[in-house]
Amino acid sequence: MKLAVLSGKGGTGKTFVSVNLAAAAGSAIYIDCDVEEPNGRIFLRPENLISKTINIKQPVFDSEKCTGCRKCVAFCRFNALVYVKTKPMLFSEVCHSCGGCRLVCPSGAVSETEKPVGNVECGKSGDIRVVTGCMDLGEASGIPVIRAALAEAPDTDDLTVIDCPPGSACSVMESIQAADYCLLVAEPTAFGLHNFKMVYELVSLLHKPCGAVINKAGGKYTELDDFCCEHGVPVLLRIPYSEKLARLGASGQIAALSDSEYAEMFRSLLGDIRREAHV
Amino acid sequence: MKKLLILSGKGGTGKTTVAAAFIDLLNAEAFADCDVDAPNLHLVAGMNTLPERWDYYGSQKAFIDPEKCIGCGVCLDNCRFEAVTLRDGICEVNEYACEGCGVCEYVCPQSAVTMRDDVSGEQLLYKDSRVFSTATLKMGRGNSGKLVTEVKKTLVNAAPDSKLAVIDGSPGVGCPVIASISGVDLVLIVAEPSLSGIHDMERILKTADILRAKAAVCVNKYDACMEKTKDIEKYCQENKVPFMGRVPFDKQASAAVNEGHSLALVDCSARAALANILKNLRLLLLEDAK
Repeated sequence: MKLAVLSGKGGTGKTFVSVNLAAAAGSAIYIDCDVEEPNGRIFLRPENLISKTINIKQPVFDSEKCTGCRKCVAFCRFNALVYVKTKPMLFSEVCHSCGGCRLVCPSGAVSETEKPVGNVECGKSGDIRVVTGCMDLGEASGIPVIRAALAEAPDTDDLTVIDCPPGSACSVMESIQAADYCLLVAEPTAFGLHNFKMVYELVSLLHKPCGAVINKAGGKYTELDDFCCEHGVPVLLRIPYSEKLARLGASGQIAALSDSEYAEMFRSLLGDIRREAHV
Repeated sequence: MKKLLILSGKGGTGKTTVAAAFIDLLNAEAFADCDVDAPNLHLVAGMNTLPERWDYYGSQKAFIDPEKCIGCGVCLDNCRFEAVTLRDGICEVNEYACEGCGVCEYVCPQSAVTMRDDVSGEQLLYKDSRVFSTATLKMGRGNSGKLVTEVKKTLVNAAPDSKLAVIDGSPGVGCPVIASISGVDLVLIVAEPSLSGIHDMERILKTADILRAKAAVCVNKYDACMEKTKDIEKYCQENKVPFMGRVPFDKQASAAVNEGHSLALVDCSARAALANILKNLRLLLLEDAK
């Protein structure tokens, strides 16, 4: 089963829930798709790491062949090409690697080269296979790295946990595309609810079955529960705020591995998810 | 107009809580929410008017006319975004995967492809005695960086005489963050005292450095882990990053948010700490002006 863990708002506990579910499953695959800030490995501490560089294609212009016709500059919809003096110049940060400039060039002056944008690191943490996508700093789009990280997960009966980026934009869409079930982690605050509604809209748009985990539960704020109830989103677990959990989290410990009560809590959550997802 | 941007790298460290408190403590006349993926500042900004709203067109999307398409698949072969699928002999575009590059339109031998404007979000502008610019990106859309740039432009145009603008940013280090950093005078990183928090703070500080933006750090909920708070302060000292102060964990912070206003309206220890941080930030901004 492929399980995507997402949240809309950042810092609600996606990585906390993801690594604990992987640990509770015993044998599992954990994929960190939050490629801008991948933190799962801080908790899982994988060993025997193998890292692969992820490249995208970028155009190179042969100044001998280029006649300065500007067809490529006119074609580029991302304003990545500017005509300087007599030749096109590339602003690589905004290039989407669509290959259009190469297609339209009448003189065959455009070829493509590989440009690194991040890496995917694979390793083992006990029986958990840990795949981490990490985008290079200064890059704008994590999508190529997310795709490469997801490609490292073979189809398996084992649990595959996909730890998603925050928000509800293209990177989240890419991360949950192949998921069988989406787990929405939310905190019961006005900010948490507002962003929860946004990711709920996103998973509904993709017709993904979903359930909620309410983290730092137990305050007076009931609007999040009300929303779940109204929209038929099952609340599979409420995790009360505890200083012990906060302390474990701050020091990079996995609760399900250091405390039998939490191990049981996440095993039972996993059982509920499997039942809800019918896998 | 001086611009102060609040970022964090890691999500949920308290960017919006800090930004909202600064806005009230400063009586800021101009502010913006650049977290277009998951905007929240409007929930606590206390604007009394309804906003002006308009559609944001991020890019175009390809549309294949099923009447003209012969299913030759040339578009599919040339699309780099896996946005074209062939179904029942006809090509179709997945609007979420399409980045609007126009390659399919160019290669189609049947001229079956047209590029259509796509509404990829909505911009909102609130104006009373203050100006607040914000936006929401449509589900699953890209182009968040371009929208962030529009939000900032709208703010500057609507409040050209304002001296200091407070801008709430988004988590991460990618597209919307890079767009939000461009042209600001100072970036305040709200860090969280945890291993993940420190890791993400380092990444966002390096990103700010690559973009040559001046950055400073404060720690939120510092008392949640004293050891990591000290690690953050040490990191700042060693890397010559101005450290602006610590904010204690305060239950009144989430209570204030849930009531729809900022911490600045509550007399508490977190407010005092934030006022002090603001004083340090203003000194830093003045230092730059000299």
